[in-house]
Amino acid sequence: MRYLPHTDEDIRTMFDAIGVKDFEELFITVPESCRYDKEMALPLPKTEWALNKYMAEIRTMMKVTPEHTVLIGAGRYQHNIPSSIPSIMGRSELLTAYTPYQPEMAQGTLQGLFEYQTLTARLLGVDVANASMYDGASALAEALLMGLRIGKRKKRVAMSAAIHPHFREVVRTYFHPIEFEIIELPFLEDGRTDFSSLVDENGLAAVALQSPNFFGVVEEMEAAAEAIHQAGALFVAGFSEPLAFGLLKNPGEAGADIVCGEGQSFGMPESFGGPGLGMFGCKQKYVRNLPGRLVGETTDLDGNRGYVLTLATREQHIRRGKATSNICSNQGICTLTAAMYMASLGGTGLRKLARLNYDRSEYLKQGLEEAGASVCFSSPTFNEFVVEFKDDFRPVQKRLMEQKIVAGLDLAKYYPGFDNRYLFCVTETASKEILDTVISEVKK
Amino acid sequence: MKNGPGRSGLIMDEPLLWEKGKKGRNGMSIPESDIPAALLADELCGEGPDFPDLSEGEVVRHYTRLSQWNFGVDTGMYPLGSCTMKYNPKINEKHAAAEEITSAHPLLDDEYCQGTLRIIYELQNFLAEITGLDAVSLQPAAGAHGELAGMLIFDAYHQNKGKKRSKILMPDTAHGTNPASAALCGYKPVEIKSGERGILDVEQIRELMDEETAGIMITNPNTLGLFEENIREIAEIVHEKGGLVYGDGANMNAIMGIVDLKACGVDVLHLNLHKTFSTPHGGGGPGAGPVCVVDELQKYLPSPRVEFDGSTYSQVEDPASIGRMHGFHGNYGVLVKAFCYILTMGAEYLKKASQYAVLNASYVKVKLKDHLHLAYDRPCMHEAVFSDKNQQKNHVSTLDIAKRLMDYGYHPPTIYFPLVVPGAIMIEPTETESLEELDTFIDVVKMIVKEAETDPELLHNSPSRFKVKRLDETQAARNPCLCG
Amino acid sequence: MKEVHELNLPEDVRYTKDHEWAKVTGDTIKIGISDYAQDQMGDIVFVEMPAVGDTFEEGDEFGTLESVKAVTELYIPVGGEVVAINEELEDTPELLNQDPYGGWIVEIKPNDIQEIEQLFDRDTYLGVLKGE
Repeated sequence: MRYLPHTDEDIRTMFDAIGVKDFEELFITVPESCRYDKEMALPLPKTEWALNKYMAEIRTMMKVTPEHTVLIGAGRYQHNIPSSIPSIMGRSELLTAYTPYQPEMAQGTLQGLFEYQTLTARLLGVDVANASMYDGASALAEALLMGLRIGKRKKRVAMSAAIHPHFREVVRTYFHPIEFEIIELPFLEDGRTDFSSLVDENGLAAVALQSPNFFGVVEEMEAAAEAIHQAGALFVAGFSEPLAFGLLKNPGEAGADIVCGEGQSFGMPESFGGPGLGMFGCKQKYVRNLPGRLVGETTDLDGNRGYVLTLATREQHIRRGKATSNICSNQGICTLTAAMYMASLGGTGLRKLARLNYDRSEYLKQGLEEAGASVCFSSPTFNEFVVEFKDDFRPVQKRLMEQKIVAGLDLAKYYPGFDNRYLFCVTETASKEILDTVISEVKK
Repeated sequence: MKNGPGRSGLIMDEPLLWEKGKKGRNGMSIPESDIPAALLADELCGEGPDFPDLSEGEVVRHYTRLSQWNFGVDTGMYPLGSCTMKYNPKINEKHAAAEEITSAHPLLDDEYCQGTLRIIYELQNFLAEITGLDAVSLQPAAGAHGELAGMLIFDAYHQNKGKKRSKILMPDTAHGTNPASAALCGYKPVEIKSGERGILDVEQIRELMDEETAGIMITNPNTLGLFEENIREIAEIVHEKGGLVYGDGANMNAIMGIVDLKACGVDVLHLNLHKTFSTPHGGGGPGAGPVCVVDELQKYLPSPRVEFDGSTYSQVEDPASIGRMHGFHGNYGVLVKAFCYILTMGAEYLKKASQYAVLNASYVKVKLKDHLHLAYDRPCMHEAVFSDKNQQKNHVSTLDIAKRLMDYGYHPPTIYFPLVVPGAIMIEPTETESLEELDTFIDVVKMIVKEAETDPELLHNSPSRFKVKRLDETQAARNPCLCG
Repeated sequence: MKEVHELNLPEDVRYTKDHEWAKVTGDTIKIGISDYAQDQMGDIVFVEMPAVGDTFEEGDEFGTLESVKAVTELYIPVGGEVVAINEELEDTPELLNQDPYGGWIVEIKPNDIQEIEQLFDRDTYLGVLKGE
């Protein structure tokens, strides 16, 4: 077996050195009653070439192929990824390293994470960003828990119903066993969150919204910040499409205290939902309440610049049951991937790309409206928008699928009363020709 | 004249990203717009972030140089205890990166993504078979995330029985994530002291387990590298009082095909695919921490899971489920790699991997125990825990030994963990290291032990052969500089 | 680390089993950590302090000390209300290492100033450190 270097002779030499006669004796401390008493029923070992065949067969079962243009976003976005990124991020020095506990041997990972933290803080408009969380959904749950830690005796949090439904589900999963209450804020007819019920809410630790929200609608962030702060709560600003901040005001600038969201758009493919990364940052004064890994700059014995994991006393391996979170890792290589993507685009490129995404989605939005669909929310949107079709849209969807276009996400299962409403997403991968095809099929 | 980047050999200097580049460069092609610009209200517009502009070549060279300051499993032996740094097969990367997989959107209707669902379904079954447990969810994104899922299942189970419980038993050898995960569910950890033999003492459990206690979290083999021989009896005591047994599967690499976790009395277990199942650690992630349970707890598993009716794979949600742990299906790309590993190994070589992992650790233990102090001189599993007790007289610490190992081209073992062994040095060679590699490592450790006697200063000043020398962690924590 | 005989243990403060010290100054009590505690902790990098006005019963946790890789809880030796915190520690936590008895952490107005009499005097504390 090519991963196992042991020859029969090696094994005998080692048995002799240890003073055992066989493997049975090596496992002498495992009681009979704990033993696996049969062979594991698994497929027989495959050679590399047999594995290739097996996996190729599985791939043929995918009806949506790489040739398809996917006009669905909802937390996972189809963007172009330059070949330089997977090529360099596949370098084994980066990919096969552990968490950088020994900084002298991991300066590559550490400087890379420090750069990620810095670029992320600049993008989101916060003072500090951590080295990433699992994903956007768990990051939101962690942000609300952080709000409760800062709010000390406060027992409630609120979140907008226009946050990604899966993200809200994850928050509910995390909160289920503990005695904190979650209030859900409704959204208005224009697709923005309704803050009117927030006034003077006692004991409210944090309020979360997402912008652009699940409907693609850009929230009124400054007004939200004012309402939330007036209610004595922290403002948690979520997102699922960080590209938006190449064009739109960033959440920190608008007054958010904690910012968190999904970063998959920055150089990672959809990959059936993972891995991506949870981007997470906050104002300086809350840094000791941050969950997750942090890298800091320092100097070595000779005074040279270097990087280490720092403020570890917040974390589980030291504070155990009293840690700011149980998280023990970050998304590692995905974090460096996001940084490399931000560096590849640069400030100029990010703006240009965000603009292109905006223009393309506006083009489809207008085209669908002209084709007879109605745009459900009047507020400005970025990349994504919701339309309602007069007639059953499914036959059109089917025709488009035949032309290798995955058109729109049916929202009926996410929101009651959203029958025949679809969430569309348009990025730079959708050409004008594709968008025109969608429009003309709707017109038919 | 400005100094060039060269330092020593092939190690180059490289500034921070924003210390290079020039406005107007770009490192990625962006399609030209072929549609009219749309209107956007000024008050929504920001200025865009202050990012440096770099060419593609500049970015590539930047990260290539960074990578050269790093040490991975492909570079050399990485005997980091409890982390299972085994070889990460390259073919697995290729299949996870196949375009049909990477381009799959997670919200496609089931009929359009049968392939990706099939991988989930088959991997669920493989992991159930390997652990001996009945049902699996692949959603948790890391080991600690799997632990949290497990604790949420504990809570759901007890609440469903009509009574929330407030405490949980926790050995003092547990990973820090155990108490932290339990605390997230409102459980107060009750610490169990490890007995003289380094394993749990049945009488202590009998004394502490009561009907306010949700159950126990056990890592087996434990973090001392010892098999918890009394696990069945402990499980019986816990079950009698209506509690559940959680198995932390971080050390599963020692027992595949050898131990049946269900037979041990474990009710819930998480696995670390990035340890036992060879997926790369990526300098911190992404990992995957599937959670496995007995039949009775299946309905509580995170949803959705995947089922197969003989012709179609479909996503199912049980109303009793604890709910979603992740936005979608967890770190799916990592699952594909572990899937390929299991297909390559089959039952035969998975079992051999565990046997060889224990063989390698036992060999290192025997060869080093006259040189480093061995915390528990008993048959070990996949790792052995030493300490700096013999070196203290020369004022040489575990940290010094670890740093000196780097100069010889090895990643240090896990140090200062588990907490019950002061100055712990926890060595886990894994099965993918050859006898020659182990012998060289053993010789190097012996040499360092000698150096500790003859030249302690040499150890205090190590490492000396890297881009940076020992770094000032105190300064980093006192005046945190987290952002450039 | 220091041997017991190397420790600086002044006569004019009282000590606790958790290695804190307390000293009467008029009708208030200043509280800090002993030389032994700072030596064991190593470089202290952060001190988490309560707010002025917070009240504690004897034995309550009133803050934490952090070194690079450890956290230690601080327990109040005498119950009372916090009237001042040592703000200097916010930027220079190393004061606790450099001058543990000058570097006080909080000043409290005790509920009962006599409670201090129950704390260890120097010799008893020294005995505790020697494991007597």
